Amino acid sequence: MSASTLKPHGLLAEFGTAADIFEAAIRCRDAGFSKWDVYTPFPIHGMDEAMGVKKSPVGWFTFCGGLTGFTTGMTMIWYMNKFDYPLVVGGKPLFTPLYAFPVSYELTILLSAFGTLFGMFFLNRLPKLYNPLFKNARFKKATDDRFFIVIEAADPKFSLEATRAFLAEKCHAAAVELVED
Amino acid sequence: MASAAASSSGHAVTPKDSHGAPALKVADAPRELEREPLVLNQRPLGWITNAIAGVCENPMPKWWWPAFVVSFGGMVMMFSLIAYLVSTGVGVWGLNQPADWAWDITNFVFWIGIGHAGTLISAVLFLLRQKWRTSVNRAAEAMTIFAVACAGIFPVFHTGRVWFALLPGFLFPAPNANEIWPQFRSPLLWDVFAVSTYGTVSLLFWYVGLIPDLATLRDRAKGFLRRFFYGLFSLGWTGSNRNWSNYEKAYLLLAGLSTPLVLSVHSIVSFDFAVSVVPGWHTTIFPPYFVAGAIFSGFGMVLTLLIPLRTLFKLEDVITIRHVELMCKVLLATGSIVGYAYGMEFFIAWYGGSPYELYAFKNRAFGPYWWSYWSMITCNVISPHFFWFKKLRSNVVFVWIVSIFVNIGMWFERFVIIVTSLHRDYLPSSWGYFTPSWVDVMTFVGSFGLFMTLFLLFIRFLPVIAISEVKGVTPQADPHHPLGGAKGHH
Repeated sequence: MSASTLKPHGLLAEFGTAADIFEAAIRCRDAGFSKWDVYTPFPIHGMDEAMGVKKSPVGWFTFCGGLTGFTTGMTMIWYMNKFDYPLVVGGKPLFTPLYAFPVSYELTILLSAFGTLFGMFFLNRLPKLYNPLFKNARFKKATDDRFFIVIEAADPKFSLEATRAFLAEKCHAAAVELVED
Repeated sequence: MASAAASSSGHAVTPKDSHGAPALKVADAPRELEREPLVLNQRPLGWITNAIAGVCENPMPKWWWPAFVVSFGGMVMMFSLIAYLVSTGVGVWGLNQPADWAWDITNFVFWIGIGHAGTLISAVLFLLRQKWRTSVNRAAEAMTIFAVACAGIFPVFHTGRVWFALLPGFLFPAPNANEIWPQFRSPLLWDVFAVSTYGTVSLLFWYVGLIPDLATLRDRAKGFLRRFFYGLFSLGWTGSNRNWSNYEKAYLLLAGLSTPLVLSVHSIVSFDFAVSVVPGWHTTIFPPYFVAGAIFSGFGMVLTLLIPLRTLFKLEDVITIRHVELMCKVLLATGSIVGYAYGMEFFIAWYGGSPYELYAFKNRAFGPYWWSYWSMITCNVISPHFFWFKKLRSNVVFVWIVSIFVNIGMWFERFVIIVTSLHRDYLPSSWGYFTPSWVDVMTFVGSFGLFMTLFLLFIRFLPVIAISEVKGVTPQADPHHPLGGAKGHH
């Protein structure tokens, strides 16, 4: 470690079961860490509460997408069939929201879906081109059957020795390793 | 630690926890009903990764190449025949007055209907918290996308000079040569928006589900190309819980969006018929009847694909007999709705008092196309009722055979609706009889080639089962379950 010229990214702690990491996450939350995360091969039910993560705001992106879609549909049809080139069909009104509804409805769903997807990407900072965690061989198991906690060196409460001891002894991690940036 | 104790005490909830009222002394919380496990033989998490990722990592079995060559040949045939159609004219299909729609639109509705089971499994069953969906949703969603791709070909190319339809004027909102915009009162135009939205949203939903599994494949990949492409498409996914939190919310929202979408798509497809004044088409029962039929046909196709898949790749512990049985029950339910709709159509044709409508229905059953009507009845009304019996539901060979009948029956349903209604409408002087041309037949056969080519490539390169979702429904994933490592609870 001392020979390395790289900055530490953080400490990586490995756990063997869902229950172990669940308990450890509660301990990390209660210890007051802020720049840390839990890495699991699947979402663990209740982990958000255990970590103290706030409710996801993805829904706002969905809502904005949907509103844009509905407005676009209605405006487009009004513009095309009533304003720009009035099109008389069967003596019916040139524009009513009724016949414009199916297309506006589909556009609502289309743009809501795009809003949701790109909102999720934005909140998760994806795509991410570089992540120091991928240099760690153990971490490959995070998408298979092992569970990890990473406490970043940027955390104000981070201290190499004390945090290492905290993860190993208080959280009962199976292994603790330093990850460099 | 108080909140930790509360959250880790799990499911033994007393009234105090939920309402904050003073504790009432209750007897022991009832034990949860024992359910059959979704993954058999208590397979560990690593086994699930190996079993599913192994399918697309190991060399394909021997049958894959012959199957691929045949499917690819079918696809090439279809595109050649479409080139022939575009260069010669739409007359190479057997379409003529009075049946201007026949196999083309039949095939369109057939394929788009098949797609519906994928969305039903991925979205509706997700909202209903049917955990068994996790073993079958990935393949069913792939099937949806490939079926929509097959479906799109027919309405696009039945326009003949397709460049007029695609570029300015009719389908997409752009003005034609006379500066006139498309006519938005037409259900045919609604269809363009419904189907293209459906295809796009299904693809997004599928991709979102794939991201964590692509990351799994990336972390296991050996060769450079695989590492590069799985790395590219997994976007740097780590499985961070802060990411999972947004991801799960996005997944839930996409499921919530896909549910009204899937119901609207086949409703709008049915408007293509119901909004017209052709006897046999002009009925209000069409939207729900089409949606039920779509789900029925889609589950038929899911079973046709997954029963061989689970055997060939030894995935019986993940796609269990229980999964097959549950899908048979969906076939039974939707098949009964379809059968009811057939009966109700006849009743309304009589009760409605329109002689044209009544004739259209008598003509369906006893006219020159009687054989197609009774094929439809045999396949769709009779065959699902075998699934009242557990013994038959759990016999995979029998289920597979019935699923083929369902596919055939649902193709005939669309043929019956379209052709028998068109070939004899109001004026006997303009009656006719539609016979498909060889190009009709071979284009439809070729569309199966396209479908199977895409599906075989999917098996070859992507995980056929949602790895992370299946892990998520195992007891090992539950931090409050003894198998998840919990001590002292339950």
